Amino acid sequence: MAETISKESATKDPGRRPPAALGKADSSDQITRRSFFSWLSIGWLAFVAATGGFFTMMLRFFFPNVLFEPVQTFRAGYPDDYTVGEVDLRWKNKYGVWIVRNAAGIYALSTTCTHLGCTPNWLSSEQKFKCPCHGSGFFKTGINFEGPAPRPLERFKIVLADNGQIIVDKTRKFQQEKGQWNDPEAFLKV
Amino acid sequence: MLDKFRGTQLYKSIFRGGGVPKSRRQRMMVVLNSVFLHLHPVRLPKHAVKLKFTWCMGGLSFFIFLILTISGILLMFYYRPTIEYAYTDIIDLAEQVPFGIMREVHRWGAHAMVITVWLHMFRVFMTGSYKPPREFNWAIGVILLLLTLLLSFTGYLLPWDQLAIWAITVGSNMARAAPFLGHEGPGAGLLAIGDINFITMGSDVRFALIGGRFMGEAALLRFYVLHCIGLPFIIMIFMAVHFWRIRKDGGISTPV
Repeated sequence: MAETISKESATKDPGRRPPAALGKADSSDQITRRSFFSWLSIGWLAFVAATGGFFTMMLRFFFPNVLFEPVQTFRAGYPDDYTVGEVDLRWKNKYGVWIVRNAAGIYALSTTCTHLGCTPNWLSSEQKFKCPCHGSGFFKTGINFEGPAPRPLERFKIVLADNGQIIVDKTRKFQQEKGQWNDPEAFLKV
Repeated sequence: MLDKFRGTQLYKSIFRGGGVPKSRRQRMMVVLNSVFLHLHPVRLPKHAVKLKFTWCMGGLSFFIFLILTISGILLMFYYRPTIEYAYTDIIDLAEQVPFGIMREVHRWGAHAMVITVWLHMFRVFMTGSYKPPREFNWAIGVILLLLTLLLSFTGYLLPWDQLAIWAITVGSNMARAAPFLGHEGPGAGLLAIGDINFITMGSDVRFALIGGRFMGEAALLRFYVLHCIGLPFIIMIFMAVHFWRIRKDGGISTPV
């Protein structure tokens, strides 16, 4: 340190020393230019991490843990409650499901039109589902045959509970165009 | 009398610079020193007030925005964004509340603003006013157009009638097909570990928009907050930049 001072003294007024060199010269925990920059980068990293964490919290905030929506799985009574050859409308408003029974068994059709998501009406006189929004038509099976709908209605998982009741699970859906209607859970054999 | 008032400390503290502007420079300083006026160009060229050139569509859009802000705040005193009350409150506003025309002002004003914004964009395009140095302000303007349409879209749901519910059902279904973000869009299956997919009906961008898997009260509340607070806040920031950039880019463009 003495050498440093003497170097400076050689170029500057020998009677004056830089104030920073006075007294503090011995302390080892002094912040140098180099350590200042490493502290600065740590500070920035902490700031970026905190900000990123906050934005992550903000994003997660929009996805609540509990939804106050109709339940997705429901008991739909016994197979004998449904008449062969008819479209049953009793769960349409509450759960958005048509239950259809034919000679072979029962399937659960989604009431959501595959065009843009409206709810078609079952016209029993014409034996078809007709969407009021853009005129898409579907057969009783759910297959689309008129209007802009690009694919058949979806079917939901339908199984029997241990006590013989029908259980419809809307979280599992089966699409005809993907060949999923052959899945045993897409059709309840009676 | 007026001159005497202008000399008081009260006047001088409110209006910086003080006194009646006498030179061009002083007149300029009046504009530059006001937080409201400084967004506006200091001097207007003669052609800038010619209706034939500007159609006044930008100004009209802003004027309608002000009307929509005021009428919208008034509507908020009566409207409750719940499934139980939303529709009846709209009827109540039209039939029971004095000057129930306020709801119609808001509705027709919203239609008018979409029209004037489009016409403003058309005028700017046809006069070539998007060219440098104004290309950045054109980009700001495109964002403003998008925000105007989003405000229109979010306001559409609030009456909670059949038209509103199905329009937003259809509209928000588009978000299902958003690439990577929507659960039916391309690339939705990429973010998955084994069989567990992270972009599902309960976690995609449509869910974030309507607050659920189906159109319901959560969607109504989210759209209400976006319509009344979120989007107006964002659009005002962009509007301030838009107006300020007109001045910075050399005022309204000149006819060729």
